[in-house]
Amino acid sequence: MKPLIEAKGVTKHFKIGRNRIVHAVDDVSLDVYPREIVGLVGESGSGKSTFGKTLVGLHQKTSGEVYFKGEQLPGRYTPADFERYAPHIQMIFQDPYSSLNPRMTVGEIIGEGLRLRGGGSRSGIRDQVTVSLRKVGLEPEHASRYPHEFSGGQRQRVGIARALVMEPEFIVCDEPISALDVSVQAQVVRLLGELKASLGLTMLFIAHDLSMVRYVSNRMAVMYLGSLVEIGAADDVFFRPKHPYTEILVGSNPAPDPKTERSRSAVVIKGEIPSPINVGAGCRFASRCPKVFDACGSVTPKLLPVTDDGGEQRFVACHLYDIELSSPQSTPA
Amino acid sequence: MMETVSTETRTALLKVDDLHVEFDTYGGIVKAVRNVGFKVDEGRTLAIVGESGCGKSVTVQSIMGLTPTPPGRITKGTAMFDGVDILGQKVIDGEDIRGARIGMIFQDPMSSLNPTMTVGDQVAETLIVHRGFSRKQAFNRAVELLQMTHIPEPEKRARQYPFTFSGGMLQRAMIAMAIACEPSILIADEPTTALDVTIQAQILDLLRELQGSTGMAIILITHNLGVVAHLADDVAVMYAGEIVEQGTAEDVFYRSAHPYTLGLRAAMPLNDPARKHGLKPIEGTPPDMFDPPRGCAYFARCPYAMSVCEKNAPPRFEIGPHHHSHCWVHHSDAPPGAREQLRVEAT
Repeated sequence: MKPLIEAKGVTKHFKIGRNRIVHAVDDVSLDVYPREIVGLVGESGSGKSTFGKTLVGLHQKTSGEVYFKGEQLPGRYTPADFERYAPHIQMIFQDPYSSLNPRMTVGEIIGEGLRLRGGGSRSGIRDQVTVSLRKVGLEPEHASRYPHEFSGGQRQRVGIARALVMEPEFIVCDEPISALDVSVQAQVVRLLGELKASLGLTMLFIAHDLSMVRYVSNRMAVMYLGSLVEIGAADDVFFRPKHPYTEILVGSNPAPDPKTERSRSAVVIKGEIPSPINVGAGCRFASRCPKVFDACGSVTPKLLPVTDDGGEQRFVACHLYDIELSSPQSTPA
Repeated sequence: MMETVSTETRTALLKVDDLHVEFDTYGGIVKAVRNVGFKVDEGRTLAIVGESGCGKSVTVQSIMGLTPTPPGRITKGTAMFDGVDILGQKVIDGEDIRGARIGMIFQDPMSSLNPTMTVGDQVAETLIVHRGFSRKQAFNRAVELLQMTHIPEPEKRARQYPFTFSGGMLQRAMIAMAIACEPSILIADEPTTALDVTIQAQILDLLRELQGSTGMAIILITHNLGVVAHLADDVAVMYAGEIVEQGTAEDVFYRSAHPYTLGLRAAMPLNDPARKHGLKPIEGTPPDMFDPPRGCAYFARCPYAMSVCEKNAPPRFEIGPHHHSHCWVHHSDAPPGAREQLRVEAT
């Protein structure tokens, strides 16, 4: 199967002064196949949102290419490019409060994309808005209300309806559930799952809640300080993490079960994510890694395939899995 | 469902009874907290769990005298701390209780600290106000406290301003400030919600470590059942301004006796490879707090709802030695089938 979205060496740097560059996303390559949900996880500052925005053209790429169905997307989007690709590629934003214009009704918000695309009659647009509202579990009469009349979960549904109305093939969901309550998170996650099944959607699901991402996605990708460190089947990555960072990330995630939590030795990582300004060579996780060895400081690890436990294909960027670099005593057990 | 009665002795430090808090708003009076009661025992951690708007933060804020009045108003209730009712009392303002014998940390460490004072001075301020330390003494102690909360290079960091600290480091500084006067209770209001999971794990470990060394009790306010499982000895589940179930962590997680607790549990993902059950959201929304329902507040969303629930508020039913639930399903006249189903679903 050919990937729907191919990101090749996508890099996004922000200049923040003379000789100071934020390496927000560095050389990230990621394929998303049709009808698949890829979860992208990492701590704040790992570059996961920047990567998502770069994919849809909201950030200009510093280098690298993105292909959509084999067609190369522009490096820098013009308004015409947005018009051209918006029907195919949409985004759902994190904050359901600031991502909806408070001065527009929900109907106007959802229908805006259709209006800009043109070609539809006013009543045609209204009908499509109604269909879209129904899909996300809202009522047609909600179209005449303003965002402030809705709860957080309902607003997030409006954001989803706005993305769906364009009938896109690919949606980037940027932390769509982080701002919501537990029970509402489950509602939105279930809705996305149903929509994926009924509409055949393909999604990149960005989040920091690993256990939720495991539920939502087919594959899980882990980012750290702008680079992709591991990618594989969601359950494999969650239950048999290979990269030391993934291990720690999974281990830090508390389970809603007192017995497990009390018996478990805490996997506490020392320190915090370092500054992404002017990152040098070597593994970016080396400064916090419990399994660090000589090569990590000087050679930047590449994302290489690792298959040894019968699971699906996995890629890990860690010298521990590089036979040439890892000395015998540091080979993983 | 009588369990063997635990023989541990519990000494209540703080006992809250029949707490009612209201807020005046443009839309009318919001009854944010209704008939809330709980005990905080020495050296134990009580978690108050619930979703946004359930009144969990308002509850602890009113105990600490932090509810803005007006528009807020404590209409009823007592909070006995060391033989004194501290609810709405001026005594809490002074040197005695708030900030000294009961410490508090907040969700957002970024906005909880004064940006124009160095971190060390802010920690020291507590000691100057409550303990009458000299500036020098207080600053030295502040450095020690920053060290206790594992802030690297505490001497240097104490002289820096909050903007140079990361979120996790600020929360550590907040904790240092809160424990400066060796409180017997630390209230932690969503202490890790704004932090990444790896930093969350660090802060939870720190709280546990400090509790071990100082023996303080902790009231933990959170919506994250994982955090509760990690830290709590006792759990109170709040819904629409009321406590619906209360018990030890084991009681609430393994022998849940209220449909809302079950609903919350089913909505959370389990980290278990064998069980990738579909997440079960709780349908509907919480009730209108301007006009809370006469009966059970969970009635409209409850899969166990019976006709009695609509008009009659459920009383407290004792389930075990430290475990109670406000749900009619435990009444002797309720269909035994429903009770049985709840029990099966809970395990």
